[in-house]
Amino acid sequence: MGLISLTTFFPVLGIVIILFISKKNLLAIKMVSIVFSFVPLVIASYMWLHYKYPMTGIDLESQFQFVEHFAWIPAFHIDYFVGLDGLSFPMFWLTTLLSFISLVASWNISKAQKGYFALFLLLETSMLGVFVSLDFFLFYVFWELMLLPMYFLIGIWGGPRREYAAIKFFLYTLAGSVLMLLVMLALYFNVKDPVTGSHTFNMLHMMHKSNQSAWLTTFDVRLWLYIALFIGFAIKVPIFPFHTWLPDAHVEAPTAVSVILAGILLKMGTYGLLRISYPIFPDIAKYTSYALAIFGVINILYGAFVAMAQKDLKKMVAYSSVSHMGFVLLGMAVFTTAGINGAVFQMFSHGLITAMLFLLVGVIYDRAHHREIAGFGGLGVRMPVYMGIASLAFFAAMGLPGMTGFIAEVMVFIGAFSVYRVLTIIAAFGIVITAAYMLWTMQRVFLGKLNPKYEHITDINGRELFTLIPLGALTIFFGIYPLPVLNMIKVPLNYLITLIH
Amino acid sequence: MDLIIPQINFSAIAPALTVMITAVVVLLIGLFFQKVQRELLAIVGIIGLIVSLGELGRMWGKDITGFGGMVGNDNFTIAFQMIFIIAAFLAALLSLNRIEDEYVSYGEFYGLLLFALSGIIVMVQGLNLLIVFLGLEILSISLYILTGFRKMRADSIEAALKYFLLGAFSTGFLLYGIALIYGTTGSFSFKGISSYVNANGFTNVLFVAGIILFLVGLAFKAAFVPFHQWTPDVYQGAPTPIAAFMSVGAKGAAFAVLIRLFVSVAAFSTREWTIAIWVLALLTMTIGNVVAIVQQNIKRMLAYSSIAHAGYILVGVLAGNEMGRSAVLFYLMAYTFMNLGAFGVVSYLGISHKVENLRIESYRGIGYKYPFAALAMAVFMFSLAGVPPTAGFIGKFYLFSAALKAGFVWLVILSVLNAVISAYYYLRVVVAMYMQEPEEGKVFELPAASWGVGLALLLAVLGVLYMGIFPSSLMQLFQKTAELISML
Repeated sequence: MGLISLTTFFPVLGIVIILFISKKNLLAIKMVSIVFSFVPLVIASYMWLHYKYPMTGIDLESQFQFVEHFAWIPAFHIDYFVGLDGLSFPMFWLTTLLSFISLVASWNISKAQKGYFALFLLLETSMLGVFVSLDFFLFYVFWELMLLPMYFLIGIWGGPRREYAAIKFFLYTLAGSVLMLLVMLALYFNVKDPVTGSHTFNMLHMMHKSNQSAWLTTFDVRLWLYIALFIGFAIKVPIFPFHTWLPDAHVEAPTAVSVILAGILLKMGTYGLLRISYPIFPDIAKYTSYALAIFGVINILYGAFVAMAQKDLKKMVAYSSVSHMGFVLLGMAVFTTAGINGAVFQMFSHGLITAMLFLLVGVIYDRAHHREIAGFGGLGVRMPVYMGIASLAFFAAMGLPGMTGFIAEVMVFIGAFSVYRVLTIIAAFGIVITAAYMLWTMQRVFLGKLNPKYEHITDINGRELFTLIPLGALTIFFGIYPLPVLNMIKVPLNYLITLIH
Repeated sequence: MDLIIPQINFSAIAPALTVMITAVVVLLIGLFFQKVQRELLAIVGIIGLIVSLGELGRMWGKDITGFGGMVGNDNFTIAFQMIFIIAAFLAALLSLNRIEDEYVSYGEFYGLLLFALSGIIVMVQGLNLLIVFLGLEILSISLYILTGFRKMRADSIEAALKYFLLGAFSTGFLLYGIALIYGTTGSFSFKGISSYVNANGFTNVLFVAGIILFLVGLAFKAAFVPFHQWTPDVYQGAPTPIAAFMSVGAKGAAFAVLIRLFVSVAAFSTREWTIAIWVLALLTMTIGNVVAIVQQNIKRMLAYSSIAHAGYILVGVLAGNEMGRSAVLFYLMAYTFMNLGAFGVVSYLGISHKVENLRIESYRGIGYKYPFAALAMAVFMFSLAGVPPTAGFIGKFYLFSAALKAGFVWLVILSVLNAVISAYYYLRVVVAMYMQEPEEGKVFELPAASWGVGLALLLAVLGVLYMGIFPSSLMQLFQKTAELISML
């Protein structure tokens, strides 16, 4: 068993152990789940140390690292084929990090803990599986598998309207993945394995024009397949107008689940576009790029405006995610080195920042039991440490220099400006609006007169600090020294751009 | 005058004989030893099933025919028979829970279950329309009685009467169809029909009418729309394990005959027949799914869902290629596990007090009270909806791939949309179990589950997950059997 499989399936081992622990033994359940999510983080970090930066990945198996490749369902030529390249590795590592942090943040879950932690570990396995899969079928299985724990985590441990939110989340994403399934089948029957001559689900084979059937090379077919696949991924991102499941899911989900939802799941949409849609349909990607850029700008502005109007702190953060994912889309749409690298760096950076924001919302919700922005005020006096960390996170989300968000957004703007001038200028207003709502929110929550209800509110505790400090530190570290990530992503992304041009 | 004695080869019907003899034994034990434990009867029945599985295993790959070519067992039919025996096995285990207070005589119950199975086996191995009819009648008559087995209950009696009347009517169609076919072709055998069609095509109106009547008879058994009306009432009234067995056995047997007919008569792939079946498949799954959404009673919901699944399977039959046939087998196997499992949970949860908990509402909150039953139910629901990593997903994938390969793009797209619609009502059960508070004032107390139910559910869950995660060995097996349908 290779390192990837070990990392991916290690949490499953934890599930098996948890199932044998009595449900009364809460401490053991929590410790097992934390340990079994910490080990993948250690392995993933070890893999980072042994990562070979110059390998391109994308469409050649020999350019992938830590590859494992066996037959899984030979009747359909489906392989267990996993590997990592610079596009997937940052997300892979981020998943292990955020899963570990989320499990620590789940310490206070108060009902059916056994089920919660088991499902959370299953969620981690399925997310890691999505990022490492290089066989389309395997990718699809992990992609769908992810739905199940997420559905239960929102539906059982969520807020008052959890049932509605869970079923909406499930049906939206299921509708998207069904489109993906159809495209996958269409590709399967029209792609030949160059060695054996049989049909194949191998993504890398699908990317080479020489393996595609004549039907698959006609423009209309490619356009429709691309659009179907795009909708499947767009629901996950979520791209306006497919975003309506997101605020419901976020508001109802428990804190740790929101962290994963915003930190990892949303990125899977853009990851899927980069991993699958772009290399298989480079011509269509180019053909539709202007539309994608427009979607990106709509996301940026719409998300920001709606975030500003929110009264609920968590909903505000949720819409800020919609806005920030818009930068990823804009960066992806321009096919310049700076743009696409900025987009992927934004995926990584936003994962760190939004995780912090949701954790911070959780901290205050645990104390005040509500999330009305207007219901707070003056908390800075009573919770100075909390205010300090919250300011860091808010500034990071605004894109202040010295933190990752700044680097990502600047790269996206530089990359996009040379291609779509007007759109980029419009998008830049998003930064202003973001700063406005972030500052306004901070002001209403932390400054002003202290709401007398919160006279005795306690400051952030050690466990909460333990979840937030690593994220804050990484945000600053990669904000000042982004090269470990940028070096990793630039080789495959530049190669991807040459494929498209 | 010479008397031609046909070559009789009892080994060709050994599995059916074994099941029938077991049925008689069980019946007699039940008759003479009234005090005997029902577990014992179930175990005797199960031993009979295992022996007949062994018989089938022995016949594997040998293509044994008998009775002057009236019955035959190629690997394809053996695979079908094995699936039905597994279904009967699970149903027998499940009924251990149920019989307690309601069924007067256990011997008759298990005896009839086994007779129904033997009918299916005869039907599947028949190479002759009369044998098919014989099997169908053995199956149907056993099922009529089993449906009305809870004779103190009005809904059970109503269901039995309804099933009997409509069933007898459809049998009439079937028989009339056979008569017309015989009248025009001069043969009862599939081989004879095949050579007649090869020579004459579908030109004779009487022959076409015969085929259509025959198909209508089968469509009734398989509950294709618009011949599905009886299904919800019958499933609701029948004892739950029997409804479960019907949903797999009676349906599956009809599919086996349908496939044999289509394989032997190649001319069925002409445009007219293809369109007819295309429409039938789409109607069946769509109406099944749409009507299932509004059901409040879980047994009725599962009945409509079984109609929808018949539609999916028909897509595989329509594909008409080897892949389609092996997909039908694979799906039927998966469906056996997931549907019998779901009915099993319904049967287990249904027995509190004298009132059955069959409303989906009454499942609220059981996820915490009965975690194992609820977990099993969740697995079955997700599998029926076709979510990975379950057997239902791989099965649908297999069926739809086969149809795509045969070029039915739109039908596949519509089927996939149907699968999304179906997710809604399957999820409703999961939502009720895990996400809603229990109904106020309703105490939901169940007696301890019998070992039989526990074992059946465990096997079904393992089956669903095994076929979902490691499908390849079974897939290869079915693919091989579908390639070699030797006996036409």
